[in-house]
Amino acid sequence: MRFVLAGQPNSGKSSIFNSVAGYRSATANFPKSSISFTATKTLIAGREVEVVDLPGIYSVTSSDTVAGPAERYLLNESYDLIVNVVDASRLGRSLELTLQLLGLGRPMIVALNMMDEARRRGVEIDHEELSELLGVPVVTTISRLGRGLKRLFRESLRHATFAVSSTPPTYDREVEEAVEQVRAAIDQDDSIPDIPSRFVAIKLLEGDAHLSDRFRSRAPDLMDRVADVANHLEEVHGWSADQVVSGSRHAVAHSIEDRVVIHQSSKEGWRERADRLLLNEWTGGPLMVLILAGFFWLVFGVGQRVEAPLVVGFNWLQGSVAEQFPPGSLTATIADGLVMGLAGGVAIVLPYLIPFLLGLAILEDTGYLPRLAYILDSFMHRIGLHGKSVLPLILGYGCSVPAIMSTRILESEKDRRITAVLTSFIPCSARTVVIFGLVAAFMGPMWALAIYLLNIFVIVVLGTVLAKRMKGASPGLVLEIPDLSLPEVKTLVAKTWLALKEFITIAWPLLIASSIVLGVLEWADAADSINALLSPLTVWMLGLPAAVGMTLVFGVLRKELTLVMLVQALGTTDINTVMTTQQLLTFTLFVVFYVPCIATIAVLARQMGWRGAAAISGFTVVVAVVVSVSGRVFYSLFF
Amino acid sequence: MMTLDTVGIKRQARVIMIDGGQKVRSYLNTLGIHIGDWLTVVQRAPFRGPVLVEVHGTRVALGRGVASKIQVDMDGVVEHLSGPMEAVEAGK
Repeated sequence: MRFVLAGQPNSGKSSIFNSVAGYRSATANFPKSSISFTATKTLIAGREVEVVDLPGIYSVTSSDTVAGPAERYLLNESYDLIVNVVDASRLGRSLELTLQLLGLGRPMIVALNMMDEARRRGVEIDHEELSELLGVPVVTTISRLGRGLKRLFRESLRHATFAVSSTPPTYDREVEEAVEQVRAAIDQDDSIPDIPSRFVAIKLLEGDAHLSDRFRSRAPDLMDRVADVANHLEEVHGWSADQVVSGSRHAVAHSIEDRVVIHQSSKEGWRERADRLLLNEWTGGPLMVLILAGFFWLVFGVGQRVEAPLVVGFNWLQGSVAEQFPPGSLTATIADGLVMGLAGGVAIVLPYLIPFLLGLAILEDTGYLPRLAYILDSFMHRIGLHGKSVLPLILGYGCSVPAIMSTRILESEKDRRITAVLTSFIPCSARTVVIFGLVAAFMGPMWALAIYLLNIFVIVVLGTVLAKRMKGASPGLVLEIPDLSLPEVKTLVAKTWLALKEFITIAWPLLIASSIVLGVLEWADAADSINALLSPLTVWMLGLPAAVGMTLVFGVLRKELTLVMLVQALGTTDINTVMTTQQLLTFTLFVVFYVPCIATIAVLARQMGWRGAAAISGFTVVVAVVVSVSGRVFYSLFF
Repeated sequence: MMTLDTVGIKRQARVIMIDGGQKVRSYLNTLGIHIGDWLTVVQRAPFRGPVLVEVHGTRVALGRGVASKIQVDMDGVVEHLSGPMEAVEAGK
């Protein structure tokens, strides 16, 4: 048996999914797209049920890139029940999706979620009346607290067993007539496979891009008919057909809302008061600077305090391990590489990575990120983008890979491309580790901050140039600002752990292995030839020790490796004893800007082809050389 | 005729037309903004930044470009935010 969870973004859908996920959950991609969905198998009343979590969609027809694959899934795949998750505090709008889903004519159940939120806003809902009007069971839930979920899944199982198909809603007369005409044309056409013709007729009248594309080549006569009917509808109504249809659905949704909702006066809570300050035209900007600066100091403060004793500990460990083996032997080299790899992971990466990931999760879960998009919109317009691009860019400070993938929230191709390029320049947490571990630790936090500001400056310049050179229109900012919320400790920990697990299971072993490989290469004197090959860049242009050449090569695998490799290549964790501050600065600048890591290049390639990814990678090297050489010159002139 | 980007803070306005392509329109529709809907302007960001509106209990940020494509009608009522719809209609 298979249930499909469908709902709008921020409806609490994923917390319902997470409550049953666990025993075998897996992420898969929709056919022919990079958009993924999650599925899990779970036991409900002794029966094994597969629960599929579709990405959140506002509407089945929308310009959103996730809507297409989600729509295709809902139309073509086999499943037994749709669990439509509805945000009770935004009933009217949520019902517009519900009405579309009812049009599929499959068995369906509504989870009326976020009941606590609705009550807080002074909204009481007669869920029995709602069930009557929609013709499907309605179960009230508070998924955040896990309330009502057992009942929801028991009811789902029961409803799916009976397999009662839902009845599509009725719209106003003109729409119904138009739908009927298109539907008749679909039913007559033998070339069209068995599909819910009413649903498809409505979508075609609304100009649904995904379905229209599908039918344009297969059934051109049908599309001509649709155009005729749409024109007629427009003549009668004065509005375009898509507005007539969606307006009619809007009216039905709100008349249902009016019948089932009892409004009471709502009190202004801390959320509204906080928002008034956070989004205020005078205080919003300064508060944003304070919040981001606080974030920076937190990461630095925690990291530095934890790092110092760990480094001392590992130096002692390194010394005592070296004593166990004959000096200069292969075993000693391997043991040393192993300790260095371990030390790099524990003593340098973790102290900065954990507070950083935790801080990012807090920014995400409080709902501050969309507010950042709001505040920075006018700034982003200056570099040819708009506020929504802020979200991928901020996520880029965590990891470039999900950040570049998240550019799909942007509507226009131009915005997506520019944002992806700029995101690859944002110092991700791995690069942050290098900035903190070298510059902040040995030169002071102000220097680290200066690197971040320089990075933003370079991005602004790049963005301005790219926006001028690339063609295409951008629709501008249209973004829901969800309520602020107190993040749950449990989800914060889970989020941080998920990101950390990636580091521990994939990056750390790679780090240790690379550290050993570098040690062996050095032992066999092979590293020298690679270093010599790179020395025009490293020694001549950047004024660094030749030994850093190898570390830059390893850095392409994972950016953290540059720091750990540096420790290994120079043979000490007290890097400031072998490199001058000027060299530390130049090295860090180069690492921050040059070639994104392998994983990022792969994602870029998927987004814009291998040629695009190669072009961007080459471009980053040029930028890195320019920036780090300027940094070197600047430092020698003024300090 | 007014457009949404010129409406002041805490003012209510009713959408009478949405200019621009179907893409923008359908996007606004999915966020619950249709012709005939009442919007309340909650905040206006400085430096020609976006307008924050409340519609059916949801807050939506609209860039100035998008807001200038939404033609609205004003009634001059200053209303509470998040207020019930009936109160809005009665106040009109």
